Amino acid sequence: MSSIEPSAAPVQLRNVVRQFGQQRVIDGLDLDIAPGEFVALLGASGSGKTTLLRSLAGLDSIDSGQLRVPKARAAVFQEPRLMPWKRAWKNVILGLRIPDAKARAVQALTEVGLAHRLEAYPATLSGGEAQRVALARGLVREPKLLLLDEPFAALDALTRIKMHRLIIELWRKHTPAVLLVTHDVDEAILLADRVIVLANGKIAEQLSIDLPRSRDTGQEGFQAIRARLLSLLGVEVDAPAPVAQAAAASVRRFAHA
Amino acid sequence: MTEKTLNTSSFSVNKAARLTGDEGASRLIPNWIRNWRTPDVLLRLVSPIVLLLLWELASELGLIPQRIIAAPSQIGGTLWAMIISGELGKHLWVSLQRALLGLSIGVSIGVVAALITGLSKRGEVILDSPMQMLRTIPSLALVPLFILWFGIGEFTKIALIVTGTTFPVYLNLFAGIRNIDPKLIEAANTLGLSRRELIWHVILPGSLPSFFVGLRYSLGISWLALVFVEQINTTAGIGFLASDARDFMRTDVIVICLLIYSVLGLLIDGLIRTLERFALAWRPSFVRN
Repeated sequence: MSSIEPSAAPVQLRNVVRQFGQQRVIDGLDLDIAPGEFVALLGASGSGKTTLLRSLAGLDSIDSGQLRVPKARAAVFQEPRLMPWKRAWKNVILGLRIPDAKARAVQALTEVGLAHRLEAYPATLSGGEAQRVALARGLVREPKLLLLDEPFAALDALTRIKMHRLIIELWRKHTPAVLLVTHDVDEAILLADRVIVLANGKIAEQLSIDLPRSRDTGQEGFQAIRARLLSLLGVEVDAPAPVAQAAAASVRRFAHA
Repeated sequence: MTEKTLNTSSFSVNKAARLTGDEGASRLIPNWIRNWRTPDVLLRLVSPIVLLLLWELASELGLIPQRIIAAPSQIGGTLWAMIISGELGKHLWVSLQRALLGLSIGVSIGVVAALITGLSKRGEVILDSPMQMLRTIPSLALVPLFILWFGIGEFTKIALIVTGTTFPVYLNLFAGIRNIDPKLIEAANTLGLSRRELIWHVILPGSLPSFFVGLRYSLGISWLALVFVEQINTTAGIGFLASDARDFMRTDVIVICLLIYSVLGLLIDGLIRTLERFALAWRPSFVRN
């Protein structure tokens, strides 16, 4: 513990190991996440990214090493995981021990654009709406660390674009450190400050994404980062020609306005 | 390919012919009769009424002797007489009290046991196997033993209803608690819920649908149990009424008892449905947007 100074990075992992039987799913991982940093975690299936996120969320233990996470943390999963028997606002404040909880719930749901769905049961919400309630439920706790486990994977393409914008907006407002686990390379580049590629339970590569914010897939340098990340993940892409890039500009994806 | 096109063309010709035929006939019938639609409820009543009439007719003609089954008119008359004299009400009231007392004790025991076994591993180890053993014993087989232990008084009757109604609630609620989506439990853990909050906000509401399934079974059993329970040294109750009628070969009274059971079954189902509509308002089948 002495090697980790307090009040530094909210997330500090040193030589973390997690194994199931003989298989080391996380194998001597070191990772720091700075306050307010947006980190995306990429990796093939079975690379240990979900296990890592579960350890950070406190849902799974580690076998050795040091793991330091803030107490104030929240997780949003691929499924909204709302309690079907509670109305939207009650879901948001579930487990919150504060006075005037309803006002906080209203505020949080207004932030995600669901002020009109306060009294709705989860069964009546669309996939995107339910995921926004889940996001409000996470953010109402003012987390220092927000864990996102493929939260947009089950959404349709249009809803996903809106959610990308929303998550950036909320991240700027609440400034938590974010760890986003995703399969979508474009999504990682659009959203994150830093992209980590996980392979065999270790960090295979990390890239800082210095592209100016309000990113889109047609941005200069975007395709180069994409090709690099894809090759790290074992997908070979032809180096993007300038012409192709210009053509892509008309159909590019925007992260946020 | 050609065959197919031929088929479709001949089909459309048929259709056209039928349409013109319809129009031809409709000219002869006034509009209000053509638009007349008998309500479904009335249509549903037609076949039971026909059956009743046939039954009545067969009884009148002596095809069905009274010792086999009484005529509907006679059953109706007896029923009316029993209602007027207050006899039926008295028996119903006694039975209702027995059933409800036994049921509430049985359901309480079932709920407490299911909470103990469902919510704690140790509870399951200690309590589940005896419960599983006891549940396979038919309540009827306990009658002689209970009479030896508790006599032939009210206690034995209630105790038998209790043994019948405990297990459906126990089994269903236990399964309901154990079958809660582990993802919801995980979500609750990331939200920092305490054990008590987890039980109150997640596990209990989540297992409520299963509880209602068990309650439905138990309610039905509590009434069925009366049939044999009220044959032990009783002078009142629906079961007594039925066994008394058997002794005097009163088929009309026996049929009335059967009718009461079916009506009660309907009422119980309606009651549970109403309860569910309030308690499970969040379920997709009940949610109206």
